[in-house]
Amino acid sequence: MLALVVTWAAFAISLVLLFQVLNDGPIRYFFGGWAPPWGIEYRIDALNGFVLVIVGFVSAAVLLFAGPSVGKEIREGHQHLFYAMVMLLLAGLYGMAITGDAFNVFVFLEIASLASYALIAMGKDRRALTAAFQYLVLGTVGATFFLIGIGLLYAMTGTLNMVDMAERIHGIHGSRTVLTAFAFLTVGIALKAAVFPMHYWLPGAYAYAPSVVSALLAGTATKVAVYLLLRFIMIFGADFAYVALPLGATLTVLAAVGILIASSSAILQNDAKRLLAFSSVAHLGYIILGIGLGNDTGVTGGILHMFNHALAKGAVFLAMGAVMLQIGTTHINRLQGLGRVMPWTMAGFTAAGLSLIGVPLTAGFVSKWYIVTAAIDRGWWPLVLVMVASSILAVFYIWRIIDAVYFSAPGPGAENVKEAPMTMLAALWMLAGASVYFGIDSSFPASVASKAAAIVLAQMP
Amino acid sequence: MMATEHLILRVVAKLLIPLILLFGLYVQFHGETGPGGGFQAGVIFAAAFILYALVFGPENTRRVAPEWLISTLMAIGVLLYFSTGAASLLYRANFLEYGVLSTDFVAGQKLGIFLVELGVGITVSSVMIAIYLAFAERQGSG
Amino acid sequence: MWILGTYNYWIFITLMMIGLYIVIVRGNLVKKIIGLNIFQSSVFLFFISVGKISDGTAPIILHDGGEAIYSNPLPHVLILTAIVVAVSTSALALSLIVRIHESYGTIQEDLIREAERAP
Repeated sequence: MLALVVTWAAFAISLVLLFQVLNDGPIRYFFGGWAPPWGIEYRIDALNGFVLVIVGFVSAAVLLFAGPSVGKEIREGHQHLFYAMVMLLLAGLYGMAITGDAFNVFVFLEIASLASYALIAMGKDRRALTAAFQYLVLGTVGATFFLIGIGLLYAMTGTLNMVDMAERIHGIHGSRTVLTAFAFLTVGIALKAAVFPMHYWLPGAYAYAPSVVSALLAGTATKVAVYLLLRFIMIFGADFAYVALPLGATLTVLAAVGILIASSSAILQNDAKRLLAFSSVAHLGYIILGIGLGNDTGVTGGILHMFNHALAKGAVFLAMGAVMLQIGTTHINRLQGLGRVMPWTMAGFTAAGLSLIGVPLTAGFVSKWYIVTAAIDRGWWPLVLVMVASSILAVFYIWRIIDAVYFSAPGPGAENVKEAPMTMLAALWMLAGASVYFGIDSSFPASVASKAAAIVLAQMP
Repeated sequence: MMATEHLILRVVAKLLIPLILLFGLYVQFHGETGPGGGFQAGVIFAAAFILYALVFGPENTRRVAPEWLISTLMAIGVLLYFSTGAASLLYRANFLEYGVLSTDFVAGQKLGIFLVELGVGITVSSVMIAIYLAFAERQGSG
Repeated sequence: MWILGTYNYWIFITLMMIGLYIVIVRGNLVKKIIGLNIFQSSVFLFFISVGKISDGTAPIILHDGGEAIYSNPLPHVLILTAIVVAVSTSALALSLIVRIHESYGTIQEDLIREAERAP
């Protein structure tokens, strides 16, 4: 209960901060009264504020959902530990998003990662343990690469404050140390954000974790890692990243391949949560594709898709959590006929699923439209084909679940399945409804996203 | 009376453990003028307890470090750290700005750092003891 | 001559590659954690070696208050934090291994994979 109050309070604070930043410009807070570059500062601008709101919104909804689902899926004596771990995870994610000091990012990154390893290992299936272990090894390697990158940057610039670093890097762009630092940083962040070749940990982790954990992680952890990538692109200078180095081309190619492979793998899965996990990899590919395109529309689309995907994926994982509560499994063959017995849950799932596909009138369409327009602006026609093809693949894998749920005869034992409890439905519809609302009227997120994109691309020639 | 096996281990452990504890306290309080500070001191302090648990068994260690005490100490350490930071908020200064905790800026900094390191030391030592005892008390499957 | 002068970089690279090799190749889960620790230790060594200033002494103010060149204390603090993180990660990983052993009866990665593929 206390966790619920705290999460909602944090969400409210994040909204207030975002509005203040949009009106007044960046907010800076010095720890211990030591001004930077001696001390650590917290610096919030449009990019940060948006990420804070994403984390706040998803966590508020997920914790509203959590009560009955935790009771079913996590062992008796461990439920208070679950709430403690979730609080730690949120502390780490908020801290990552809000800080203006590069090493502080590493500390909070590791706090959030350790909390998420422990949370994933709480799943009932014993494969959750190996999935958590694999995520731990890969995540630690990624975080250590990130640390090497920060160390090299510190050695070259002599400061850890992000704004200061951005100013000092300008004179020394070409040096090999800076290039190495950039390479290590990008690979480390990509491991955490499940960019294509390094996405291996994500399906296992999301499929076997408790449903609440999958929803929370899917909506927040990978998005904050992508935010880190954007922040470091801003530090190095957009002209350095996109013009001097082939970052745009690399990210775009990797993202496109990842989208196609992940969407195709999603169609072949038999377990609904694993299918949705592969779909998460594909959508992260969209976000990286938008960022890789490097022009205003593209980065705006990428950042906007962070928001939309967090809402939609959170909603579908919560729907699967409700299913898990009622029938104890999420295997597609067992989902048959649930559309009649759990109408509200499945309606929420359908709304969010349409947003994942990108049907007009849902939020997913708006961000995909931005990315497609950006691809056309750059003249990279194959990407437009990739986007269209992947949307068709998305129709296939969402249709598999919808087909089982609505259009199949109920299996044995489906009669005594009831609708999900009220709080869970409220949380689910909070996210799914927001997906639909922001599809119809996306002026607010789009304007914040374009401001954030302007910050990232501040020095494009 | 216990059997006389592992006699050398038991005698040497009983001689060394007080010295280790004393050294841990020394490292804790001399963090500003020599290598040391909260984390190092916490680990050394916990090492004494772990040595005791290794030689005499976890059940005997539990008599000195019961479950509730270790869990409470963990939380008290973090609370001490946070309160020191929050206390400076009461003086209308930024979080963790120790200078306002006392009349003189330098004395305030010293007080703040001392309290914070103490909190870190308490938490780290209790966490290390808790981790070791959690591993040692697990009923293995062979 | 420059090879000998930059020996800290060579040690760092060697240890890092050894650590990564162990993580990738060895099938025993505990050995993977050991490899991870070696990898992280190499990064710590690198950081601290970068922080040393030529003719610098330890960054603690001398008692007689005399003039001295001090090495940079900031990397030491950063690495202390990173060591704490590495210790916590190792503790978490080892506890996961204990539970995997209780659940699967083995800690060899290929045997675990076979057991997972069975049902």
